Amino acid sequence: MKDTEGYITEDGRKIGGVVMEMKNITLKFGGVNAITDISFDIREGEIRAIIGPNGAGKSSMLNVISGFYIPQEGEIWFHGKPRPQMRPYEVARQGIARTFQNIALFEGMSVLDNVMTGRLTHMKSGFFSQAIWKGRAEREEIANREIVERVIDFLEIQNIRKTPVAGLSYGLKKRVELARALAAEPKLLLLDEPMAGMNVEEKEDMCRFILDVNDEFGTTIALIEHDMGVVMDLSDRVVVMDYGKKIGDGPPDEVRSNQEVIDAYLGVQH
Amino acid sequence: MSVSQGGASALQSVPALLKRNATEFGDKAAYREKEFGIWQTWGWSAVHEEVEALALGLINLGVNEGDYIAVVGRNRPHLYWAIVAAQRVGAIPVPLYQDSVAEEMAYVLGHCGARFVIVGDQEQVDKVIEIQDQLHQFEHMIYLDPRGLRKYDHSHLHQYSHVQDQGRAARDEYIKELERRTAKADFDTPCVMLYTSGTTGKPKGVVLSNRNVIESSRLSSEFDRLRRDDEVLAYLPMAWVGDFVFSVGQCFWTGFCVNCPESAETMQTDLREIAPTYFFAPPRVFETLLTQVMIRMEDAGRFKKRLFDHFMALARRVGPNLLDGKPVGLGDRLAYAVGEALVYGPLKNRMGYSRMRVGYTAGEAIGPEIFDFFRSLGINLKQLYGQTEATVFITAQPDGEVRSDTVGVACPGVELKIGDTGEVFYRSPGVFVEYYKNPESTASTKDAEGWVATGDAGFIEDGTGHLRIIDRAKDVGKMADGSLFAPKYVENKLKFYPNILEAVLFGNGRDECVAFINIDLTAVGNWAERNNIAYSSYQELAAHPQVMATVQGHVEEVNRSVAQDEMLSGCQVHRFVILHKELDADDGELTRTRKVRRRIIEEKFADIVTALYDGSERISTRTEVTYEDGRKGSISATLEIRTADVVPVIPHRVAAE
Repeated sequence: MKDTEGYITEDGRKIGGVVMEMKNITLKFGGVNAITDISFDIREGEIRAIIGPNGAGKSSMLNVISGFYIPQEGEIWFHGKPRPQMRPYEVARQGIARTFQNIALFEGMSVLDNVMTGRLTHMKSGFFSQAIWKGRAEREEIANREIVERVIDFLEIQNIRKTPVAGLSYGLKKRVELARALAAEPKLLLLDEPMAGMNVEEKEDMCRFILDVNDEFGTTIALIEHDMGVVMDLSDRVVVMDYGKKIGDGPPDEVRSNQEVIDAYLGVQH
Repeated sequence: MSVSQGGASALQSVPALLKRNATEFGDKAAYREKEFGIWQTWGWSAVHEEVEALALGLINLGVNEGDYIAVVGRNRPHLYWAIVAAQRVGAIPVPLYQDSVAEEMAYVLGHCGARFVIVGDQEQVDKVIEIQDQLHQFEHMIYLDPRGLRKYDHSHLHQYSHVQDQGRAARDEYIKELERRTAKADFDTPCVMLYTSGTTGKPKGVVLSNRNVIESSRLSSEFDRLRRDDEVLAYLPMAWVGDFVFSVGQCFWTGFCVNCPESAETMQTDLREIAPTYFFAPPRVFETLLTQVMIRMEDAGRFKKRLFDHFMALARRVGPNLLDGKPVGLGDRLAYAVGEALVYGPLKNRMGYSRMRVGYTAGEAIGPEIFDFFRSLGINLKQLYGQTEATVFITAQPDGEVRSDTVGVACPGVELKIGDTGEVFYRSPGVFVEYYKNPESTASTKDAEGWVATGDAGFIEDGTGHLRIIDRAKDVGKMADGSLFAPKYVENKLKFYPNILEAVLFGNGRDECVAFINIDLTAVGNWAERNNIAYSSYQELAAHPQVMATVQGHVEEVNRSVAQDEMLSGCQVHRFVILHKELDADDGELTRTRKVRRRIIEEKFADIVTALYDGSERISTRTEVTYEDGRKGSISATLEIRTADVVPVIPHRVAAE
């Protein structure tokens, strides 16, 4: 699948050209190779999953994409250009937003305030102007609040708008995290185990929201997930990792029948 | 009334009222909806424009006069406008319950032969698509919220705003036709068709004419002196006649503002923000609220708790009298004013009842403690007795004559009589036209002179003229010894305990009565929490020995109180069981308006009923349940059967029939 035009999915969505490409990424922590020579691409509008057993290097991969880890070898190409070394906030400004495996919200703040922080990279007014809340700061806040309210409506969390995050259930916190990422209006959304620790109903809800986000806003989504069933239903293409290496890449059905993948997941007799 | 009547002939339809409102006070707020965290407002002229655009769009899609258009969704201004747009094009709107499952919907849509369905969102679209093969007349569906629907086949599916846009674009072409159709409507034209949930059998389509709706709205608005600056909250199902009369009939007649909540979950917050002046809620809402207040007070600090208890005692003594304008001493008045500032005012504000001038409850009997609690706070809560067939109003309590044990006096324009069997009959301008495609039922309910059988047994009190309802006429039966069996009377007494959510009494034709009981998970769950009792499910909590003991205490108290009534003393509960599942409308055990479906429950749980009578101490049972998404499963349980103390009854000849 090396063509630049993209492809049409089974359910009729148009997938565009390559947005981001990992070229021979290697990431080491001292003597440990977390990621070894991995290459894959993410196309515009697709849902791309990264799967693998525990310790396969999935989260490290996501942290490389988000700019939190800097790989020792390899390049990340973004929109057809190699991406220079960047701090995470610079990556965020490029239109990449993420959620975390262990929820990272401001527990004492309300849902609304938490989601508003997602707009931070879009705010331009200075400290003084924000302090007196006049002119630009006021206009900016109103415009940002409107975007945030649309996200709140979209994720159906109106009833907890003013509730402090600390008191919410795990499933709802995950949803608030997604809301905060969405508030940044990302072009590429990175989800680190969005369904981990959820019950069946919460998982179903989360799946629906992920599909809706992709469908409604055309957001490109890269997600890490443990639950094979979820991944196979949700994603257009899947990268499989094991011990820091890529062992499979392609549409879910193809990956599912890949012998190496089966071995990695089910174990193999030596 | 300050609004002009515009000549009696001019105001004979809801669209005619809309036109009057748009011309006379076009800027006055008509509908509000909270969306994106902000209350969005539409004035009467804006509503007129929206309705017209949709109506033109409907003609453009090919709606004919006399068509039936179903409307399904939660309370949203656009769906109310869809009802009026349907009326404008000469079609008959049929609002449906949004939580009905696909097969219930299939029956109603098939029965009325709806060619067009206007729905709120994807959930409803999916349901209609699922059943569309069974619907021969169905042609087009219009949806309001486009979310998740982008990929759907749009050959028969249209977005609400697009239909309006097409209507606006084709205005020149269709406006004459639209005006012609709208002008044709008069008092005898059908205004709306509402399906009654029906405690037995299939739902029936009640056809209400413009006369029914407009006359009932006019008379009831005058009765309660409703004004143009009143505010109501629309949160009850749109398919229910009460919501139709409040949010369309009375709203269009008086011109007051209807507020739609953001979502069902935010209803309580939205209620507080709006603080409606005119409010309707079934008893259950008030029960839940009282339970919540009491639970919160249990958890409050000692000072607050004492303050609350002190002033509530005062309120119970003088509050209702103040409300009824009866004489109250100066000292009490002053103390009440202090209470208002410290306790009642903040409490009412918290509940969203600060501005309420008129509050109604109906549908079921309300517990006297609950009723008195709200009245003692200075909230003018009253009772109403009504039916779909009467366009709501049969009796209501006038200000100053409010009691918890009656449903009030005949509404203006309503005549009452009690039949030979004790059944209540009425005749009024609100009496429905007919049951759609069901002349037999129409004939058996409404006689040639226009008297309608309510199906309820009751009597009119001497002197006051207040109506008291005992029970459903068909449920009133006889015990084996010939004494009167009135299940609801006993069930209501049981349900007045906060711990008991639902009760079902059996005993018709038997020697003694037995009961099924559902505990209230909120109240009992909170009690369990405070007493460190762990439980993982409703089933487990219901089977807890302490819960059983508490409920047994309630049952025995009820027995003592029932025993005092000579006529009904045979209805004491001898044995009871706490059910392992909550009775649910999805399982067909309750109606959508949460009334008990006695026959169905008796059949479904026949094994438990048998066990209650044969003296066994426990019963193992297995019950099928339907989940919210329509899947089925089953739960099994072993239930303990308890025997309650009864007060011995001195046998007497029963003179009353």
